[in-house]
Amino acid sequence: MLEILGYGDRHSLRPGDRLQVKVSCEAGAPRFHAEVVRMICGDDSPAGPGYKDQPIASPANGGYPARKQPLDTGSAVLVPASPLFDRLQSFTLTALVWPTTPGRKPQTLLARWSEPARAGFRLGLDATGALALDIGDGKGGFAAIKADRPMRERAWYRVTARFDAGTGLVRLSQQPLAHLARDDSGSEVEAILRIRPQAPADTPFTMAAHVTGRRGAKVLLGGHYNGKIEAPRLAARVLQDGEIETLRAAIPPALAKDVAAAWDFSRETPTTRVVDLSANRLDGETVNLPTRAMKGAAWNGEAMRWMDKPEHYGAIHFHDDDLYDAGWETDFEVPITADMRSGVYAVKLSCGERYEQLAFVTFFVLPPKGKTTAPVAFLAANATYMAYANSHHGWDDVLAEICYGALLEFGPTERTLNARRELGVSTYDVHTDGSGSCHSSRLRPILNTRPRYSLWNFGADLHIIDWLEGTGQAYDVITDEMLHQEGLSLLQNYRCVVTGTHPEYHSLAQMRAVEAYLAQGGRLIYTGGNGFYWRIAWHPTLPGVIEMRRAENGTRTWIAEPGEYHLSFTGELSGLWRNNGIPPQQLVGIGFGSEGFDESSWYRRQPGSFDPRVSFIFEGIGKDETIGDFGAVGGGAAGLELDIVDPRQGTPPHALVLACSELHSNVYVITPEELISTYPGIDGIEDPKVRADMVFFETPNGGAVFSTGSIAWAGSLGHNRYNNNVARITGNVLKRFIDPTPL
Amino acid sequence: MYEIDPDRLDLAREFRDKPFGRHSGELQRVINRMRAGSNAGRLVLVTLERHKRWGLGRMGAQPGDPIAPVPGYEFTSYEEAEWAVFKLRWQALTGRELALD
Repeated sequence: MLEILGYGDRHSLRPGDRLQVKVSCEAGAPRFHAEVVRMICGDDSPAGPGYKDQPIASPANGGYPARKQPLDTGSAVLVPASPLFDRLQSFTLTALVWPTTPGRKPQTLLARWSEPARAGFRLGLDATGALALDIGDGKGGFAAIKADRPMRERAWYRVTARFDAGTGLVRLSQQPLAHLARDDSGSEVEAILRIRPQAPADTPFTMAAHVTGRRGAKVLLGGHYNGKIEAPRLAARVLQDGEIETLRAAIPPALAKDVAAAWDFSRETPTTRVVDLSANRLDGETVNLPTRAMKGAAWNGEAMRWMDKPEHYGAIHFHDDDLYDAGWETDFEVPITADMRSGVYAVKLSCGERYEQLAFVTFFVLPPKGKTTAPVAFLAANATYMAYANSHHGWDDVLAEICYGALLEFGPTERTLNARRELGVSTYDVHTDGSGSCHSSRLRPILNTRPRYSLWNFGADLHIIDWLEGTGQAYDVITDEMLHQEGLSLLQNYRCVVTGTHPEYHSLAQMRAVEAYLAQGGRLIYTGGNGFYWRIAWHPTLPGVIEMRRAENGTRTWIAEPGEYHLSFTGELSGLWRNNGIPPQQLVGIGFGSEGFDESSWYRRQPGSFDPRVSFIFEGIGKDETIGDFGAVGGGAAGLELDIVDPRQGTPPHALVLACSELHSNVYVITPEELISTYPGIDGIEDPKVRADMVFFETPNGGAVFSTGSIAWAGSLGHNRYNNNVARITGNVLKRFIDPTPL
Repeated sequence: MYEIDPDRLDLAREFRDKPFGRHSGELQRVINRMRAGSNAGRLVLVTLERHKRWGLGRMGAQPGDPIAPVPGYEFTSYEEAEWAVFKLRWQALTGRELALD
């Protein structure tokens, strides 16, 4: 297990900025050491170029006292304490709920409950999945009442607790909304209680969790619920069933004086605010970004977009492993000085000599705003790094081994992520209740965006950095996140932009910026595969978090529910860019076609490579030369995820197919969006579409695109100390793309 | 459900000679059968020394369960590990020990 964890407050910095670094030593080390390095190559495998960094003289370098920092995982809603809650005597508490893990553990739905004082009221599910109400007076008095049967998983229920302070009568009701034959999961129970709920005055009202204590000003929560809640209501008297039903969408005037709060989750969906419709304005805030824009009990398919019929999207889906901002204390800051030239950096954190005692906080230094310091920009795919942050799908998914074509391997990082689910999930994972994870944040320790780990995404992209450094090519580093924020202005002064190996996730602003850059004569080298694939949104106001929905089709590790394809952050349709008007083939000539992970292959030149328009690309390359039959990733330049041309998806008619890969294995299979139906013969042996296409085409105003169509390409750049035909082809393209002469 | 023919030692030899990459269609069926199914008890590699030594482990019944070590195995290459696991799975699925010349 890893013994030191850390993260920074930002990925993207410029000279003059300061990176706040947050560290936790997990195994009792008294001190840790920090060293700022410029990253050259993260590949410490025997087949690779070797790990390389350059120490940076930084005032942040040195020893620091260690501590263990907490991870408070699980989403909820907090409504600040109010005297209105204190004045409650009799009450009705009701909501629509759709539990996803009833019977797994006790879970809290709606509460004003202090666990340390065992005081207040808490409506939830007991260990069997039955509705349960706890009441405590804070003086040792405690009562519990439970429904006599569990609720069904993923079924809507009206749950209600009614308490008459005058008589002590409490009535509990769980009623399924669906009218199914032989469904006996409804339950009504009642009891007379002698005690009255009385929570400490500073106790907030909570949803999907309850208060377990405080750490400084922070309210700590426990008893997290998995599932949806919709339309929670709190009334200051016992309501009748008919009255409760009238509260489903609004507050009738006749009940206005009695309704303490009626929260409408369909309001202000993109935000963290939870709106109370009552005159009391007991608005709340979500904690750890539960998933909003979720279908409610009334959804019937009339609307597929939450903006079109908000009343059908009044649910929030809570998860006990949601985590947005770990909120760790800062241990030290790294000033970004003017002499830290643009590049990929990391803070090496160590609390000992072993692999488990070493962590990397990675970050990217951009040139000063509005300036370039090199003709080439490397576009670090930090949206993709975030989408995969702390992913578990590589072993949780039962298809992992059969897709990888190799045994799963558990090193210290995998063992830590497997055991410590409180580190949160990636957009590849399902939550503990099996629902897809729509969000991923960088404001938490991220264990898989680091050197000396896998040759995937960040680790693989460093092969390109290594090649740029090794060949003496000056370059700047920019990021997806800043491209989203600054648009075309971030690209327009570069002669050439080089992507990473797997630039998979993009917002509309990112895509539009790349489109505009190419339209004005920019040059793009896409040295990867499966690029420009999924549509995401960055949160409009919250830093460092993306949202995506695995909609419609595509190679997916989970599937969004019908009607939940639109992003809560922006209302945009998520899913594939192919389905969103900007297919990757239109942007870079090729789009995702197949994947496999056991062994990489090579390319053969195609007739297009002999066109005089591209003679510069093949300078020094033999007519029959096999391209890339070597490399650190699977032993070849064509591997992992492969892209192909498709004129019907937008490959420009003048695009030249320069080379194609061949002879991929049985493990490589066509991606689902390419299949009109299921049929045999779609693997690398039988289907000719299992290949990578290398393409070139000119764009207006003298620009051009060169795409390799393979994630493994960059793993071959460093072979034989950059003296190989993959490096030569890439270098030929880069040299010409830097030349301002129009293409 | 595809059943592995324990007499098809030619397929075992093919895997032993080349555990990764292109395989015959029949061997791929054998491999698919071995790799399919639940994660509970799935044999996995446990890194003992990065890029150098690996042991064998089994996944638990639930996500997040620790990997239980399988004693008696240590590998110095992925190929060696794949072959060892192939033999274990062959025996588990056919009831017959896999012994090649």
